[in-house]
Amino acid sequence: MKIVIINYGAGNIQSIKFAIQRLGYEAVLSNDPEEIKAADKVIFPGVGEASSAMGKLKDSGLDTLVPKLKQPVLGICLGMQLMCNYTEEGDTEGLGIFDVDVIRFNHGVKVPQIGWNQIESLKCPLFDGVTEKDYIYLVHSYYAPVTKNTVAKTYYGVDYSTALQKDNFYGTQFHPEKSSEVGEKILLNFLSIK
Amino acid sequence: MLTKRIIPCLDIKNGRTVKGVNFVDLRDAGDPVELADIYSKAGADELVFLDISATEERRKTLANLVLRVAEKVNIPFTVGGGISSVEDVDILLQNGADKVSVNSSAVKNPQLINDLAAKFGSQCITVAIDAKQIDEEWKVHLVGGKVPTELNLFDWAKEVEQRGAGEILFTSMDHDGTKDGFANKALSRLSRELNIPIIASGGAGNVSHFVDTFIEGEADAALAASVFHFKEIEIKDLKQELQDNNIPVRL
Repeated sequence: MKIVIINYGAGNIQSIKFAIQRLGYEAVLSNDPEEIKAADKVIFPGVGEASSAMGKLKDSGLDTLVPKLKQPVLGICLGMQLMCNYTEEGDTEGLGIFDVDVIRFNHGVKVPQIGWNQIESLKCPLFDGVTEKDYIYLVHSYYAPVTKNTVAKTYYGVDYSTALQKDNFYGTQFHPEKSSEVGEKILLNFLSIK
Repeated sequence: MLTKRIIPCLDIKNGRTVKGVNFVDLRDAGDPVELADIYSKAGADELVFLDISATEERRKTLANLVLRVAEKVNIPFTVGGGISSVEDVDILLQNGADKVSVNSSAVKNPQLINDLAAKFGSQCITVAIDAKQIDEEWKVHLVGGKVPTELNLFDWAKEVEQRGAGEILFTSMDHDGTKDGFANKALSRLSRELNIPIIASGGAGNVSHFVDTFIEGEADAALAASVFHFKEIEIKDLKQELQDNNIPVRL
């Protein structure tokens, strides 16, 4: 299986590469459109600020490629947010894969949310074998509200989307690569999607 | 529900783990990567590595250690100690650190916080503050608590938040190493006056100190070293006790 982690210069991608290694697979880092298109699985990471990450994605010409991919694609954290229509952070247009706008937490909670929270209303193959209310690790200031693409929810002053899915596109707000055994199960489920 | 975090802190010198008692005596408590793995399996929510070495090689040694930890550990970890530039942070994040913590360098050059938050995002920037009470006023201290400044803890904490820090790691020099409990009054004031998470540090001696810092201190996370390194407290027992006190934890 050929796994590509899209390398467009946005943050910590070693952790994802290592997490996949611990599951017994190898992933390559790439920004080459041909190599990305040819992969069996694509991981779209993202850490940092939305408008600068989107800028880097555009600079590498990958903003038009990602929405056209046919194989399973997993966006993680900011990667998931950039797959949405729009994010308030830096007033940034997204890739428009998930039909939802990302907004900032504003419900009397501390921002950013940092730590372990629970996922529930799980409804997607990513969560096979994962128990309702299992714990996952999150660190973020902006969130995607609940929408028709929501496949996992979390409560932080408000119920919001911690995972989205549409066709071959998957997104997790949490970091599966940092979410202990639960995260490993979710990553393995993604790698097992046909 | 967002849970309260338990964070073992590993002091690192030349690639090995050490823990200072009142920041003076150092005792060896093992290999950092092995210890990190043990802690993640024992239920730690996060780890902090604090590099206290002062050699020419330190940058390279630390980057290499970060890479080895990232390879092995499936929970988040923060790296701090001697970080003073955007380049320092870039190297650590590239090698797999999830967050970095800056301390003295932020006091000397507060603009560094803005620069780091703009480049890497607030979520990976922790500002560590060491403070001690002098004539009943909390004063920020530098260089591992050795050098006093004129900065007031609460003023500095607010400035740090405004400049874009994602969380604050507050160590009370008055409590650190005493095993007498955390600085809960100052912690709860920080928690109320600021809108970013606060990590309590300094003073952990027994399980009830953690209960107190989450309830009275309103801390979002609690950090400790020797009580974990010398197995005086097992993380699983600690979390069970927290849960029994209706404090949300990941069990």
